Amino acid sequence: MLYREAGQFKTTYSADMAIFPIRQDRIALYALLVFVFIGVPLLARFQIWPLGSDYMLRAILIPFLILSLAAIGVNILIGYCGQISLGSGAFMAIGAYSAYKFGTGIHIPLAWFGTEISIAPLPLIVSILLGGLMSAVVGILFGVPSLRIKGLYLAVATLAAQFFFDWVFLRVQWFTNYAPSGSVNAPELSIFGYLINSPIERYVLCLTFVTVFALIAKNLVRGNIGRQWMAIRDMDIAAELMGIRPLYAKLTAFAVSSFIVGVAGALWAFVYLGSWEPLAFNIDRSLQLLFMVIIGGLGSILGSFLGAAFILILPIMLDQIPHALGIPVGVETVSHLVFVVTGSLICYLLIVEPHGFARLWSITKERLRLWPYPY
Amino acid sequence: MLRKTLAVATAVSAVFSGAGILMSAGPAMAQNEQFIPGLVYRTGPYAPNGIPFADGVSDYVSLINERDGGINGVKLIFEECETGYATDKGVECYERLKGNGPTGAAYFSPLSTGITFALTEKVPGDKIPLLTLGYGRSESRNGAVFPWNFIAVGSYWTAADVAIQHVAKELGGFDKLKGKKISLVYHDSPYGKEPIAALEARAKLNGFTFKAIPVTHPGVEQKSQWLGIRQDRPDYVLLWGWGVMNSTAIKEAAAVAYPRDKIIGVWWSGAEPDVIPAGDQATGYKALLLQHPAGEFGVHADVKKSLFDKGKGVGKATVATVLYNRGLINSMLGVEAIRTAQKKYGNKPLTGEQVRWGFENLDLSEARLKELGFEGMLKPIKLTCTDHQGADLARVHQWDGKAWKVISDFYTADRSVLDPMVAEHSAKYAAEKKITPRDCSKEG
Repeated sequence: MLYREAGQFKTTYSADMAIFPIRQDRIALYALLVFVFIGVPLLARFQIWPLGSDYMLRAILIPFLILSLAAIGVNILIGYCGQISLGSGAFMAIGAYSAYKFGTGIHIPLAWFGTEISIAPLPLIVSILLGGLMSAVVGILFGVPSLRIKGLYLAVATLAAQFFFDWVFLRVQWFTNYAPSGSVNAPELSIFGYLINSPIERYVLCLTFVTVFALIAKNLVRGNIGRQWMAIRDMDIAAELMGIRPLYAKLTAFAVSSFIVGVAGALWAFVYLGSWEPLAFNIDRSLQLLFMVIIGGLGSILGSFLGAAFILILPIMLDQIPHALGIPVGVETVSHLVFVVTGSLICYLLIVEPHGFARLWSITKERLRLWPYPY
Repeated sequence: MLRKTLAVATAVSAVFSGAGILMSAGPAMAQNEQFIPGLVYRTGPYAPNGIPFADGVSDYVSLINERDGGINGVKLIFEECETGYATDKGVECYERLKGNGPTGAAYFSPLSTGITFALTEKVPGDKIPLLTLGYGRSESRNGAVFPWNFIAVGSYWTAADVAIQHVAKELGGFDKLKGKKISLVYHDSPYGKEPIAALEARAKLNGFTFKAIPVTHPGVEQKSQWLGIRQDRPDYVLLWGWGVMNSTAIKEAAAVAYPRDKIIGVWWSGAEPDVIPAGDQATGYKALLLQHPAGEFGVHADVKKSLFDKGKGVGKATVATVLYNRGLINSMLGVEAIRTAQKKYGNKPLTGEQVRWGFENLDLSEARLKELGFEGMLKPIKLTCTDHQGADLARVHQWDGKAWKVISDFYTADRSVLDPMVAEHSAKYAAEKKITPRDCSKEG
């Protein structure tokens, strides 16, 4: 009844091509943006339920935002371009370690030439973006095989990236600034001299990154390049015959995807963990991101958020249910139950709706348009 | 269509009910209670070692409540959170538990070097001490730079130094170390890498050849490493493993016929779950002791009387094992720190900052340890502002196929070797983090 577009006439091309052509959607989105940018920090500032302690911000919202960003990146590659990748964790690691190197200053002694490359520590935002750029460069490199190998074979090739970079960041001490333990600490987070320390500031920083990149990603996939990606995904031979260059389309998908994943990796390391080791970006992280996009919905920006919420937050919630209800069970039983319940829910959802949460969401919207009539 | 509606309904209700529970996490607490969090791992590849330690930690807190009615009338509230030894899960648990109780968490003991590194960045902001009993950042001994870290009783550098001392003793003197080959088989994580700096320093000092051999997490695959050892034939192998990696290492050593009595494990590689799975192959294997051995001491009688006989406590299956005993010591140090702080701040629930003062002024004499029932487990220990470790002692024990036997007297780590390293690395950390070290002479 409320959600109906009857009477909304589009008189310009730009109105027709808006991201959200339906007015109710736009209003909902603006309301959401106002809430997350102003409402959440205000609630947290005055410690109003549900943000009474900084647990919600620091342990739920910040990791959720960062992993959503990573999931958007993975979704561009897997969901939009159809190139299965198991190396997302590695690209996060490249983003994190490159940002760390840029943030703490780079010294490459070139003894043979009697000189050295020396870069002073760069500001936070620049080093995070450069971390993404490094990740994009490596992404293009590892995307080259995708021109020859397809499907699951490509997944195995990207798996090589995962293990290779695990090894590099463990073994090559230059990346960790020769830390004796191999664990590195993020430099302090400051933007133009303003120190980012409190959870609210960290949340706003992540939120800004996520909003900007989600907007960029959404516009990319709606535009020319996004259509090329989707054509390649649906049938690469047909796409080629239609004049789409697979080299360009596939490599741009790898580049954009790795860039976003790399930025997410840098945020994960700098803003969420603060101190990390390569284990933070191991194969489990890659698989976690893959599950996020599959459950959230392949080829959907919204799905990346929903998938990230499901994979990240559901286990944490399940973990706390017995304690919150006052049921005396051991932590080991709870964590086994979490595995069982999460696993069964994933199976159930994928059987009922193989296209993930994004599809469920669009079905709900269809229904809402008709409501209260059945047809 | 009905099924899809059902799916939507399931998803929506799951999100909402869960969100409700997440957000309701702010229960009302009685006022005279001190909250102690437990970051534990009772699942995953490290569970065989995580369980006995967690049992010991939990039982000592229960003992204080059951036997004494709390610390000077302040009841202890204990809650566990499962980390699975994963750093990001550990950080989530820390955020979940740090604000519980009327005054927040008294202190955290993550029992994981990775989680310790991550929390080291967070505790100064939240003002909660981090008690890392024999693990964590070795340079955090320097309390001037690491005010919130308490690496009580021993660091990995202490362990590395004592291990070399024991090798020297077996060989018949430090001069005999010259030209010998000593290899380190380590868990490829901050935990395993910590001792390398100290061992390299010792290698330079004593003239032996040192080689570090990494094993990837979780450590079930180490055939190639031990084949390399068979070729290389080092005189001694030091083992820095955790969880299932330890028993695997012993089995692989047996497979390449490397003598087990030439392997010396760190104190995290010297408990029952490390040797029992290897069966007879483990006989002769040696490991360091973080002072205390397995077995029963004064405190165990109280645990039995006040907990097990009344059907309480969780550690009936693991009592008196090496790691259970270490768990008891962990909680005892925490409880005594709270007690010390109560002398200054009064017998009421204390904040993390106040408990930190308690840790920094913790002074356990021989008589006090006897009173607590820890005589024979721990030597007197005194923490100060400059020294957050407080002890440099370790022993060696050997598995005889049935039980651990203490085979050495106490060794004292050579601080003339280790102190410059602590100073150097903590200065580097301070510079990196822009920390101005505290002036300890002005601390009250």
